[in-house]
Amino acid sequence: MKTRAIVSVLGADRVGIVAAISAALAEQEVNIEDIRQTILSDVFSMTMLVTIDEDTHPFEDVHAHLATVADELGMQVTLQREDVFRFMHRV
Amino acid sequence: MLHISPEEIVETLLMVQQQHLDIRTVTLGISIGDCGADTADEMGRRLYEKVTHAAERLVPVCEAIEREYGIPIRNKRISVSPVAAVAGRCACDDLTPVALAMDRAAETAGVDFIGGFSALVHKGVGAADDALIRSIPSALAATARVCSSVNVASTRAGMNMDAIARMAHTVKETAALTAEADSIGCAKLVVFANMVEDNPFMAGAVHGAGEADAVINVGISGPGVVRAIIEALPDDADLTAVAEAIKATSFKITRAGELVAREAARRLGVAMGIVDLSLAPTPAEGDSVAEILEAMGVERCGAPGTTTALALLNDAVKKGGAMGTSSIGGLSGAFIPVSEDAGMVRAVQDGALNLEKLEAMTAVCSVGLDMIAIPGDTPAETIAGIISDACAIGVINNKTTAARLIPAVGKVAGDHVSWGGLLGAAPVMDVSRWSSARLINRGGRMPAPLGSLRN
Repeated sequence: MKTRAIVSVLGADRVGIVAAISAALAEQEVNIEDIRQTILSDVFSMTMLVTIDEDTHPFEDVHAHLATVADELGMQVTLQREDVFRFMHRV
Repeated sequence: MLHISPEEIVETLLMVQQQHLDIRTVTLGISIGDCGADTADEMGRRLYEKVTHAAERLVPVCEAIEREYGIPIRNKRISVSPVAAVAGRCACDDLTPVALAMDRAAETAGVDFIGGFSALVHKGVGAADDALIRSIPSALAATARVCSSVNVASTRAGMNMDAIARMAHTVKETAALTAEADSIGCAKLVVFANMVEDNPFMAGAVHGAGEADAVINVGISGPGVVRAIIEALPDDADLTAVAEAIKATSFKITRAGELVAREAARRLGVAMGIVDLSLAPTPAEGDSVAEILEAMGVERCGAPGTTTALALLNDAVKKGGAMGTSSIGGLSGAFIPVSEDAGMVRAVQDGALNLEKLEAMTAVCSVGLDMIAIPGDTPAETIAGIISDACAIGVINNKTTAARLIPAVGKVAGDHVSWGGLLGAAPVMDVSRWSSARLINRGGRMPAPLGSLRN
Protein backbone atom coordinates (compact mmCIF):
# COMPACT_ATOMS: atom_id res chain seq x y z
CA MET A 1 0.00 0.00 0.00
CA LYS A 2 1.34 3.41 -1.01
CA THR A 3 0.66 6.15 1.52
CA ARG A 4 1.11 9.85 0.81
CA ALA A 5 2.41 11.80 3.76
CA ILE A 6 3.80 15.20 4.67
CA VAL A 7 7.18 15.61 6.32
CA SER A 8 7.63 18.97 8.01
CA VAL A 9 10.95 20.15 9.42
CA LEU A 10 11.41 23.22 11.63
CA GLY A 11 14.40 24.50 13.56
CA ALA A 12 17.60 26.57 13.54
CA ASP A 13 19.26 26.68 10.13
CA ARG A 14 22.54 24.79 9.65
CA VAL A 15 24.47 22.83 7.06
CA GLY A 16 23.20 19.40 6.05
CA ILE A 17 19.54 19.39 7.13
CA VAL A 18 18.12 18.56 3.68
CA ALA A 19 20.84 15.96 3.18
CA ALA A 20 20.17 14.24 6.49
CA ILE A 21 16.41 14.13 6.07
CA SER A 22 16.62 12.97 2.45
CA ALA A 23 19.10 10.24 3.37
CA ALA A 24 16.86 9.04 6.20
CA LEU A 25 13.90 8.86 3.82
CA ALA A 26 15.94 7.05 1.18
CA GLU A 27 16.98 4.43 3.73
CA GLN A 28 13.31 3.67 4.23
CA GLU A 29 12.70 3.72 0.46
CA VAL A 30 10.42 6.71 0.84
CA ASN A 31 9.99 8.62 -2.42
CA ILE A 32 10.10 12.42 -2.29
CA GLU A 33 7.58 13.96 -4.69
CA ASP A 34 7.77 17.63 -3.82
CA ILE A 35 9.83 19.88 -1.57
CA ARG A 36 9.22 23.45 -0.40
CA GLN A 37 11.91 25.04 1.71
CA THR A 38 12.51 28.50 3.07
CA ILE A 39 14.29 30.40 5.85
CA LEU A 40 12.06 32.66 7.95
CA SER A 41 13.96 34.85 10.48
CA ASP A 42 16.72 32.25 10.78
CA VAL A 43 14.21 29.44 11.22
CA PHE A 44 14.62 26.68 8.69
CA SER A 45 11.25 25.48 7.42
CA MET A 46 10.78 22.63 4.98
CA THR A 47 7.74 20.66 3.91
CA MET A 48 7.95 17.57 1.76
CA LEU A 49 5.29 15.50 0.05
CA VAL A 50 6.42 11.88 0.18
CA THR A 51 5.12 8.44 -0.69
CA ILE A 52 5.69 5.57 1.72
CA ASP A 53 5.50 1.98 0.54
CA GLU A 54 3.86 0.45 3.60
CA ASP A 55 4.25 -3.10 2.26
CA THR A 56 8.00 -2.89 2.76
CA HIS A 57 8.35 -0.05 5.26
CA PRO A 58 5.37 0.43 7.57
CA PHE A 59 4.40 3.98 8.51
CA GLU A 60 5.44 3.30 12.11
CA ASP A 61 8.99 2.35 11.05
CA VAL A 62 9.46 5.47 8.93
CA HIS A 63 8.05 7.53 11.79
CA ALA A 64 10.49 6.02 14.29
CA HIS A 65 13.45 6.40 11.94
CA LEU A 66 12.71 10.08 11.33
CA ALA A 67 12.33 10.64 15.07
CA THR A 68 15.90 9.37 15.57
CA VAL A 69 17.23 11.69 12.87
CA ALA A 70 15.27 14.59 14.36
CA ASP A 71 16.96 14.00 17.71
CA GLU A 72 20.40 13.90 16.10
CA LEU A 73 19.72 17.14 14.19
CA GLY A 74 18.02 18.86 17.11
CA MET A 75 15.17 19.78 14.76
CA GLN A 76 11.43 19.29 14.98
CA VAL A 77 10.47 16.74 12.35
CA THR A 78 6.90 15.50 11.94
CA LEU A 79 5.44 12.90 9.63
CA GLN A 80 1.70 12.93 9.07
CA ARG A 81 -0.62 11.31 6.56
CA GLU A 82 -1.49 13.80 3.85
CA ASP A 83 -5.27 13.46 4.23
CA VAL A 84 -5.29 15.36 7.51
CA PHE A 85 -4.24 18.57 5.71
CA ARG A 86 -6.60 18.01 2.79
CA PHE A 87 -9.45 17.43 5.23
CA MET A 88 -8.74 20.45 7.38
CA HIS A 89 -7.88 23.03 4.76
CA ARG A 90 -10.02 22.25 1.73
CA VAL A 91 -13.82 22.49 1.50
CA MET B 1 2.43 18.07 -6.43
CA LEU B 2 2.10 19.61 -3.00
CA HIS B 3 -1.48 20.87 -2.98
CA ILE B 4 -1.23 22.13 0.57
CA SER B 5 0.75 25.29 1.22
CA PRO B 6 3.60 25.24 3.73
CA GLU B 7 1.71 27.97 5.66
CA GLU B 8 -1.28 25.63 6.06
CA ILE B 9 0.99 22.84 7.25
CA VAL B 10 2.65 25.11 9.81
CA GLU B 11 -0.78 26.40 10.91
CA THR B 12 -1.89 22.83 11.58
CA LEU B 13 1.27 22.04 13.55
CA LEU B 14 0.84 25.18 15.67
CA MET B 15 -2.79 24.29 16.35
CA VAL B 16 -1.64 21.01 17.88
CA GLN B 17 1.60 22.09 19.52
CA GLN B 18 0.69 25.51 20.92
CA GLN B 19 -3.11 25.74 20.96
CA HIS B 20 -4.07 22.32 22.35
CA LEU B 21 -5.93 21.11 19.26
CA ASP B 22 -6.87 17.55 19.97
CA ILE B 23 -9.71 15.13 19.67
CA ARG B 24 -11.26 15.23 23.10
CA THR B 25 -12.69 11.74 22.93
CA VAL B 26 -13.22 8.75 20.68
CA THR B 27 -16.09 6.87 22.27
CA LEU B 28 -17.11 3.37 21.26
CA GLY B 29 -20.82 2.84 21.85
CA ILE B 30 -21.71 -0.79 22.49
CA SER B 31 -25.18 -2.30 22.72
CA ILE B 32 -25.58 -4.54 25.75
CA GLY B 33 -29.16 -5.43 24.83
CA ASP B 34 -28.25 -9.13 24.89
CA CYS B 35 -26.65 -9.03 28.34
CA GLY B 36 -29.83 -9.20 30.42
CA ALA B 37 -29.87 -11.98 33.03
CA ASP B 38 -31.73 -13.20 36.11
CA THR B 39 -29.12 -11.86 38.52
CA ALA B 40 -26.96 -8.75 38.63
CA ASP B 41 -23.82 -10.89 38.89
CA GLU B 42 -24.68 -12.84 35.75
CA MET B 43 -25.60 -9.65 33.90
CA GLY B 44 -22.25 -8.19 34.95
CA ARG B 45 -20.42 -11.27 33.67
CA ARG B 46 -22.14 -11.06 30.27
CA LEU B 47 -21.52 -7.31 30.08
CA TYR B 48 -17.81 -7.77 30.84
CA GLU B 49 -17.45 -10.38 28.08
CA LYS B 50 -19.36 -8.29 25.56
CA VAL B 51 -17.59 -5.01 26.26
CA THR B 52 -14.04 -6.35 26.52
CA HIS B 53 -14.47 -8.27 23.26
CA ALA B 54 -16.01 -5.34 21.37
CA ALA B 55 -13.47 -2.81 22.68
CA GLU B 56 -10.39 -5.02 22.37
CA ARG B 57 -8.77 -2.95 19.63
CA LEU B 58 -10.16 0.49 20.53
CA VAL B 59 -7.09 1.86 22.30
CA PRO B 60 -4.39 0.52 19.93
CA VAL B 61 -6.35 1.72 16.89
CA CYS B 62 -6.74 5.20 18.38
CA GLU B 63 -3.06 5.33 19.28
CA ALA B 64 -2.09 4.42 15.71
CA ILE B 65 -4.36 7.15 14.32
CA GLU B 66 -2.83 9.68 16.71
CA ARG B 67 0.68 8.86 15.51
CA GLU B 68 -0.14 8.73 11.81
CA TYR B 69 -2.19 11.92 11.63
CA GLY B 70 -0.31 13.86 14.27
CA ILE B 71 -3.47 14.82 16.15
CA PRO B 72 -3.65 13.73 19.78
CA ILE B 73 -6.71 11.77 20.89
CA ARG B 74 -6.96 12.77 24.51
CA ASN B 75 -9.45 10.14 25.69
CA LYS B 76 -10.68 6.77 24.54
CA ARG B 77 -13.98 5.82 26.12
CA ILE B 78 -16.86 3.40 26.04
CA SER B 79 -20.59 3.90 26.35
CA VAL B 80 -23.14 1.12 26.77
CA SER B 81 -26.92 0.93 26.54
CA PRO B 82 -28.63 2.41 29.62
CA VAL B 83 -28.22 -0.38 32.17
CA ALA B 84 -31.76 0.05 33.51
CA ALA B 85 -33.16 -0.68 30.05
CA VAL B 86 -31.42 -4.08 30.03
CA ALA B 87 -31.87 -4.96 33.70
CA GLY B 88 -35.61 -5.71 33.54
CA ARG B 89 -35.09 -9.47 33.82
CA CYS B 90 -33.04 -9.08 36.92
CA ALA B 91 -35.37 -9.08 39.91
CA CYS B 92 -32.89 -7.45 42.24
CA ASP B 93 -32.66 -4.27 44.29
CA ASP B 94 -28.96 -3.70 43.84
CA LEU B 95 -27.29 -3.28 40.46
CA THR B 96 -23.87 -2.40 41.92
CA PRO B 97 -22.40 -5.71 40.62
CA VAL B 98 -23.14 -4.50 37.08
CA ALA B 99 -21.25 -1.26 37.77
CA LEU B 100 -18.32 -3.26 39.14
CA ALA B 101 -18.27 -5.33 35.94
CA MET B 102 -18.35 -2.13 33.86
CA ASP B 103 -15.39 -0.79 35.85
CA ARG B 104 -13.37 -3.97 35.27
CA ALA B 105 -14.27 -3.97 31.56
CA ALA B 106 -13.08 -0.36 31.23
CA GLU B 107 -9.83 -1.22 32.97
CA THR B 108 -9.24 -4.24 30.72
CA ALA B 109 -10.00 -2.16 27.61
CA GLY B 110 -7.61 0.57 28.80
CA VAL B 111 -10.17 3.40 28.81
CA ASP B 112 -10.55 6.01 31.55
CA PHE B 113 -14.35 6.17 31.65
CA ILE B 114 -17.32 4.00 30.73
CA GLY B 115 -20.79 5.55 30.58
CA GLY B 116 -24.23 4.00 30.69
CA PHE B 117 -25.03 3.23 34.32
CA SER B 118 -28.15 5.12 33.40
CA ALA B 119 -31.93 5.28 33.40
CA LEU B 120 -34.53 7.31 31.55
CA VAL B 121 -37.34 8.26 33.90
CA HIS B 122 -38.74 11.47 32.41
CA LYS B 123 -42.25 10.04 32.43
CA GLY B 124 -42.15 7.31 35.02
CA VAL B 125 -39.88 5.09 37.08
CA GLY B 126 -39.94 1.34 36.27
CA ALA B 127 -38.75 -1.40 38.60
CA ALA B 128 -35.31 -1.60 36.95
CA ASP B 129 -35.02 2.19 36.93
CA ASP B 130 -35.83 2.19 40.63
CA ALA B 131 -33.12 -0.40 41.31
CA LEU B 132 -30.60 1.51 39.23
CA ILE B 133 -31.21 4.86 40.92
CA ARG B 134 -31.02 3.17 44.32
CA SER B 135 -27.66 1.64 43.32
CA ILE B 136 -26.06 4.85 42.06
CA PRO B 137 -24.39 6.01 45.32
CA SER B 138 -22.79 2.63 46.08
CA ALA B 139 -21.92 2.02 42.40
CA LEU B 140 -20.11 5.35 42.06
CA ALA B 141 -18.38 4.92 45.41
CA ALA B 142 -17.15 1.43 44.52
CA THR B 143 -15.86 2.23 41.02
CA ALA B 144 -13.37 4.64 39.47
CA ARG B 145 -14.37 4.63 35.80
CA VAL B 146 -18.13 4.22 35.77
CA CYS B 147 -20.29 7.20 34.85
CA SER B 148 -23.97 7.46 35.60
CA SER B 149 -26.74 9.58 34.12
CA VAL B 150 -30.48 9.86 34.63
CA ASN B 151 -32.89 11.62 32.29
CA VAL B 152 -35.61 13.26 34.37
CA ALA B 153 -37.29 15.53 31.84
CA SER B 154 -38.00 15.93 28.15
CA THR B 155 -39.76 18.43 25.95
CA ARG B 156 -42.21 15.73 24.88
CA ALA B 157 -42.98 14.40 28.35
CA GLY B 158 -42.45 17.36 30.66
CA MET B 159 -40.57 17.19 33.94
CA ASN B 160 -40.81 14.32 36.39
CA MET B 161 -40.58 16.38 39.58
CA ASP B 162 -40.64 13.30 41.82
CA ALA B 163 -37.61 11.94 39.94
CA ILE B 164 -35.85 15.29 40.24
CA ALA B 165 -36.40 15.32 44.01
CA ARG B 166 -35.16 11.76 44.23
CA MET B 167 -32.06 12.53 42.18
CA ALA B 168 -31.25 15.42 44.52
CA HIS B 169 -31.21 12.94 47.42
CA THR B 170 -29.17 10.51 45.28
CA VAL B 171 -26.61 13.27 44.62
CA LYS B 172 -26.34 13.91 48.36
CA GLU B 173 -25.97 10.21 49.19
CA THR B 174 -23.29 9.85 46.52
CA ALA B 175 -21.47 12.85 47.98
CA ALA B 176 -21.63 11.30 51.45
CA LEU B 177 -20.31 7.91 50.30
CA THR B 178 -17.34 9.53 48.58
CA ALA B 179 -16.79 12.27 51.18
CA GLU B 180 -13.15 11.37 51.77
CA ALA B 181 -12.34 12.18 48.12
CA ASP B 182 -14.09 15.57 47.96
CA SER B 183 -17.35 13.80 47.02
CA ILE B 184 -15.88 12.73 43.66
CA GLY B 185 -18.78 10.33 43.04
CA CYS B 186 -20.97 13.28 42.09
CA ALA B 187 -18.49 14.28 39.36
CA LYS B 188 -19.51 11.06 37.59
CA LEU B 189 -23.27 11.65 37.84
CA VAL B 190 -25.34 13.79 35.47
CA VAL B 191 -29.04 14.62 35.66
CA PHE B 192 -30.42 15.38 32.20
CA ALA B 193 -33.30 16.97 30.39
CA ASN B 194 -33.60 15.82 26.76
CA MET B 195 -30.68 13.37 27.02
CA VAL B 196 -29.25 12.44 23.61
CA GLU B 197 -28.57 8.90 22.38
CA ASP B 198 -25.17 9.49 20.81
CA ASN B 199 -23.27 11.70 23.23
CA PRO B 200 -19.55 10.78 23.24
CA PHE B 201 -18.75 12.96 26.28
CA MET B 202 -18.70 11.86 29.88
CA ALA B 203 -20.26 11.68 32.30
CA GLY B 204 -23.47 11.54 30.26
CA ALA B 205 -22.57 9.13 27.44
CA VAL B 206 -24.97 6.27 26.75
CA HIS B 207 -25.45 4.03 23.73
CA GLY B 208 -29.01 4.81 22.65
CA ALA B 209 -31.77 2.44 21.61
CA GLY B 210 -31.73 3.79 18.05
CA GLU B 211 -28.09 2.93 17.42
CA ALA B 212 -26.36 0.05 15.65
CA ASP B 213 -24.68 -2.69 17.74
CA ALA B 214 -21.42 -0.79 17.88
CA VAL B 215 -20.65 2.73 16.78
CA ILE B 216 -17.82 5.27 16.95
CA ASN B 217 -18.70 8.76 18.16
CA VAL B 218 -16.11 11.51 18.30
CA GLY B 219 -16.01 14.67 20.40
CA ILE B 220 -13.86 17.50 19.12
CA SER B 221 -11.96 19.97 21.23
CA GLY B 222 -10.02 23.11 20.52
CA PRO B 223 -10.96 26.08 22.73
CA GLY B 224 -7.31 27.15 22.58
CA VAL B 225 -7.39 27.28 18.77
CA VAL B 226 -10.55 29.41 18.77
CA ARG B 227 -9.12 31.79 21.36
CA ALA B 228 -5.89 32.17 19.36
CA ILE B 229 -7.82 33.05 16.21
CA ILE B 230 -9.85 35.71 18.06
CA GLU B 231 -6.74 37.18 19.65
CA ALA B 232 -5.15 37.43 16.22
CA LEU B 233 -7.99 39.67 15.00
CA PRO B 234 -7.54 43.46 15.08
CA ASP B 235 -8.78 45.05 18.32
CA ASP B 236 -11.54 46.87 16.47
CA ALA B 237 -12.83 43.81 14.57
CA ASP B 238 -16.62 43.82 14.87
CA LEU B 239 -18.64 40.83 16.06
CA THR B 240 -19.51 39.79 12.51
CA ALA B 241 -15.80 39.42 11.84
CA VAL B 242 -15.39 37.51 15.11
CA ALA B 243 -18.18 35.10 14.09
CA GLU B 244 -16.60 34.62 10.65
CA ALA B 245 -13.22 33.79 12.19
CA ILE B 246 -14.75 31.29 14.59
CA LYS B 247 -16.69 29.62 11.76
CA ALA B 248 -13.55 29.16 9.65
CA THR B 249 -11.65 27.65 12.59
CA SER B 250 -14.55 25.45 13.62
CA PHE B 251 -14.61 24.00 10.11
CA LYS B 252 -10.98 22.92 10.43
CA ILE B 253 -11.41 21.46 13.91
CA THR B 254 -14.52 19.58 12.82
CA ARG B 255 -12.75 18.16 9.78
CA ALA B 256 -10.07 16.74 12.05
CA GLY B 257 -12.86 15.10 14.07
CA GLU B 258 -14.58 13.80 10.94
CA LEU B 259 -11.32 12.28 9.68
CA VAL B 260 -10.58 10.58 12.98
CA ALA B 261 -14.17 9.30 13.28
CA ARG B 262 -14.14 7.83 9.76
CA GLU B 263 -10.73 6.27 10.18
CA ALA B 264 -11.41 4.81 13.64
CA ALA B 265 -14.73 3.34 12.48
CA ARG B 266 -13.13 1.87 9.36
CA ARG B 267 -10.23 0.28 11.23
CA LEU B 268 -12.50 -1.11 13.94
CA GLY B 269 -15.04 -2.36 11.41
CA VAL B 270 -17.96 -0.60 13.09
CA ALA B 271 -20.38 2.13 12.03
CA MET B 272 -19.33 5.76 12.20
CA GLY B 273 -21.82 7.58 14.36
CA ILE B 274 -21.48 11.28 14.92
CA VAL B 275 -19.07 14.13 15.42
CA ASP B 276 -19.98 16.18 18.49
CA LEU B 277 -19.15 19.84 17.91
CA SER B 278 -19.03 20.78 21.59
CA LEU B 279 -16.03 22.94 22.41
CA ALA B 280 -14.75 21.09 25.45
CA PRO B 281 -12.25 22.74 27.77
CA THR B 282 -9.65 20.98 29.91
CA PRO B 283 -7.97 22.24 33.08
CA ALA B 284 -4.78 22.91 31.04
CA GLU B 285 -3.88 26.60 30.87
CA GLY B 286 -5.08 28.07 27.57
CA ASP B 287 -7.60 25.31 26.83
CA SER B 288 -10.49 27.33 28.20
CA VAL B 289 -13.93 28.35 26.93
CA ALA B 290 -14.02 31.19 29.50
CA GLU B 291 -10.86 32.62 27.97
CA ILE B 292 -12.52 32.65 24.53
CA LEU B 293 -15.31 34.81 25.94
CA GLU B 294 -12.71 37.04 27.59
CA ALA B 295 -10.79 37.31 24.29
CA MET B 296 -14.07 38.44 22.71
CA GLY B 297 -14.21 41.32 25.15
CA VAL B 298 -15.68 40.65 28.59
CA GLU B 299 -13.18 41.50 31.32
CA ARG B 300 -13.94 38.30 33.23
CA CYS B 301 -16.24 35.44 32.31
CA GLY B 302 -19.53 36.23 34.06
CA ALA B 303 -19.47 39.98 33.39
CA PRO B 304 -22.54 41.42 31.62
CA GLY B 305 -22.23 40.45 27.96
CA THR B 306 -20.97 36.94 28.75
CA THR B 307 -24.22 35.29 27.62
CA THR B 308 -24.06 37.25 24.36
CA ALA B 309 -20.47 36.21 23.73
CA LEU B 310 -21.28 32.57 24.51
CA ALA B 311 -24.33 32.62 22.22
CA LEU B 312 -22.22 33.97 19.36
CA LEU B 313 -19.48 31.41 20.00
CA ASN B 314 -21.89 28.48 20.19
CA ASP B 315 -23.71 29.46 17.02
CA ALA B 316 -20.58 30.18 14.98
CA VAL B 317 -19.01 26.85 16.00
CA LYS B 318 -22.11 25.02 14.73
CA LYS B 319 -22.23 26.95 11.46
CA GLY B 320 -18.57 26.22 10.68
CA GLY B 321 -18.88 22.65 11.87
CA ALA B 322 -21.97 22.01 9.76
CA MET B 323 -19.81 22.42 6.65
CA GLY B 324 -17.22 20.04 8.08
CA THR B 325 -19.39 17.01 8.69
CA SER B 326 -22.77 15.64 7.72
CA SER B 327 -22.89 13.69 10.96
CA ILE B 328 -23.32 16.34 13.64
CA GLY B 329 -24.69 14.82 16.79
CA GLY B 330 -24.33 14.39 20.50
CA LEU B 331 -24.60 17.57 22.50
CA SER B 332 -22.89 19.93 20.04
CA GLY B 333 -22.87 23.04 22.19
CA ALA B 334 -20.07 24.73 24.10
CA PHE B 335 -19.34 23.21 27.51
CA ILE B 336 -18.95 25.46 30.52
CA PRO B 337 -17.86 23.08 33.30
CA VAL B 338 -16.41 25.14 36.13
CA SER B 339 -13.77 22.80 37.56
CA GLU B 340 -12.54 21.63 34.15
CA ASP B 341 -11.84 25.13 32.85
CA ALA B 342 -9.05 27.26 34.39
CA GLY B 343 -10.71 30.47 33.14
CA MET B 344 -14.03 29.55 34.79
CA VAL B 345 -12.26 28.77 38.06
CA ARG B 346 -10.50 32.13 37.95
CA ALA B 347 -13.79 33.91 37.22
CA VAL B 348 -15.44 32.27 40.24
CA GLN B 349 -12.48 33.08 42.48
CA ASP B 350 -12.55 36.70 41.36
CA GLY B 351 -16.25 36.95 42.17
CA ALA B 352 -17.20 37.53 38.51
CA LEU B 353 -19.15 34.32 37.99
CA ASN B 354 -21.92 32.87 40.14
CA LEU B 355 -24.45 30.07 39.91
CA GLU B 356 -27.19 32.34 38.61
CA LYS B 357 -25.02 33.60 35.73
CA LEU B 358 -24.09 30.01 34.86
CA GLU B 359 -27.80 29.22 34.69
CA ALA B 360 -28.32 32.10 32.26
CA MET B 361 -25.41 30.84 30.16
CA THR B 362 -27.06 27.40 30.10
CA ALA B 363 -29.84 28.91 28.02
CA VAL B 364 -27.50 29.47 25.07
CA CYS B 365 -25.19 26.44 25.17
CA SER B 366 -25.37 22.84 26.31
CA VAL B 367 -24.97 21.12 29.66
CA GLY B 368 -24.88 24.31 31.66
CA LEU B 369 -24.65 23.63 35.37
CA ASP B 370 -21.65 21.40 35.02
CA MET B 371 -18.98 20.41 37.54
CA ILE B 372 -20.07 22.91 40.15
CA ALA B 373 -19.00 22.35 43.74
CA ILE B 374 -21.55 23.61 46.26
CA PRO B 375 -21.57 23.54 50.07
CA GLY B 376 -22.01 20.06 51.52
CA ASP B 377 -24.90 21.15 53.74
CA THR B 378 -27.00 22.42 50.82
CA PRO B 379 -30.53 21.03 51.42
CA ALA B 380 -31.70 18.34 48.98
CA GLU B 381 -34.68 20.53 48.07
CA THR B 382 -32.34 23.34 47.02
CA ILE B 383 -30.33 20.92 44.89
CA ALA B 384 -33.60 19.72 43.35
CA GLY B 385 -34.53 23.34 42.67
CA ILE B 386 -31.23 23.96 40.87
CA ILE B 387 -31.62 20.76 38.82
CA SER B 388 -35.23 21.59 37.92
CA ASP B 389 -34.28 25.12 36.80
CA ALA B 390 -31.64 23.67 34.45
CA CYS B 391 -34.20 21.14 33.18
CA ALA B 392 -36.86 23.82 32.67
CA ILE B 393 -34.52 25.73 30.36
CA GLY B 394 -33.98 22.55 28.33
CA VAL B 395 -37.60 21.47 28.24
CA ILE B 396 -39.01 24.85 27.22
CA ASN B 397 -36.29 25.56 24.67
CA ASN B 398 -36.27 22.07 23.19
CA LYS B 399 -32.60 21.45 23.93
CA THR B 400 -30.41 19.29 26.13
CA THR B 401 -29.51 20.64 29.54
CA ALA B 402 -28.01 18.93 32.54
CA ALA B 403 -26.74 19.44 36.03
CA ARG B 404 -23.61 17.92 37.53
CA LEU B 405 -23.49 19.33 41.05
CA ILE B 406 -21.07 18.26 43.74
CA PRO B 407 -22.26 19.07 47.29
CA ALA B 408 -18.81 18.56 48.80
CA VAL B 409 -19.24 17.10 52.26
CA GLY B 410 -17.77 19.25 55.02
CA LYS B 411 -17.02 22.17 52.68
CA VAL B 412 -18.47 25.66 52.71
CA ALA B 413 -18.57 28.41 50.08
CA GLY B 414 -15.05 29.62 49.34
CA ASP B 415 -13.37 26.31 50.24
CA HIS B 416 -11.47 24.44 47.55
CA VAL B 417 -12.01 20.92 46.22
CA SER B 418 -9.80 18.92 43.88
CA TRP B 419 -10.57 15.74 41.96
CA GLY B 420 -7.45 15.62 39.79
CA GLY B 421 -6.96 14.85 36.13
CA LEU B 422 -9.55 16.06 33.65
CA LEU B 423 -12.11 16.60 36.40
CA GLY B 424 -9.96 19.42 37.73
CA ALA B 425 -10.39 21.48 40.87
CA ALA B 426 -12.80 24.23 41.86
CA PRO B 427 -13.81 26.68 44.53
CA VAL B 428 -17.03 25.79 46.36
CA MET B 429 -19.71 28.17 45.07
CA ASP B 430 -22.32 29.97 47.09
CA VAL B 431 -25.93 28.79 46.82
CA SER B 432 -29.07 30.83 47.45
CA ARG B 433 -30.20 30.58 51.07
CA TRP B 434 -33.86 30.90 50.10
CA SER B 435 -35.77 27.64 50.23
CA SER B 436 -37.25 25.71 47.30
CA ALA B 437 -38.79 23.10 49.61
CA ARG B 438 -42.49 23.94 49.15
CA LEU B 439 -42.25 23.84 45.37
CA ILE B 440 -40.17 20.67 45.25
CA ASN B 441 -42.27 18.83 47.85
CA ARG B 442 -45.37 19.28 45.71
CA GLY B 443 -43.90 16.63 43.43
CA GLY B 444 -45.87 15.35 40.45
CA ARG B 445 -45.09 16.15 36.86
CA MET B 446 -44.64 19.48 35.18
CA PRO B 447 -46.68 19.02 31.99
CA ALA B 448 -44.95 19.12 28.63
CA PRO B 449 -44.92 22.60 27.13
CA LEU B 450 -47.23 23.64 24.31
CA GLY B 451 -44.14 23.81 22.10
CA SER B 452 -43.90 20.01 22.25
CA LEU B 453 -47.14 19.58 20.27
CA ARG B 454 -45.61 19.59 16.84
CA ASN B 455 -47.36 16.79 15.01
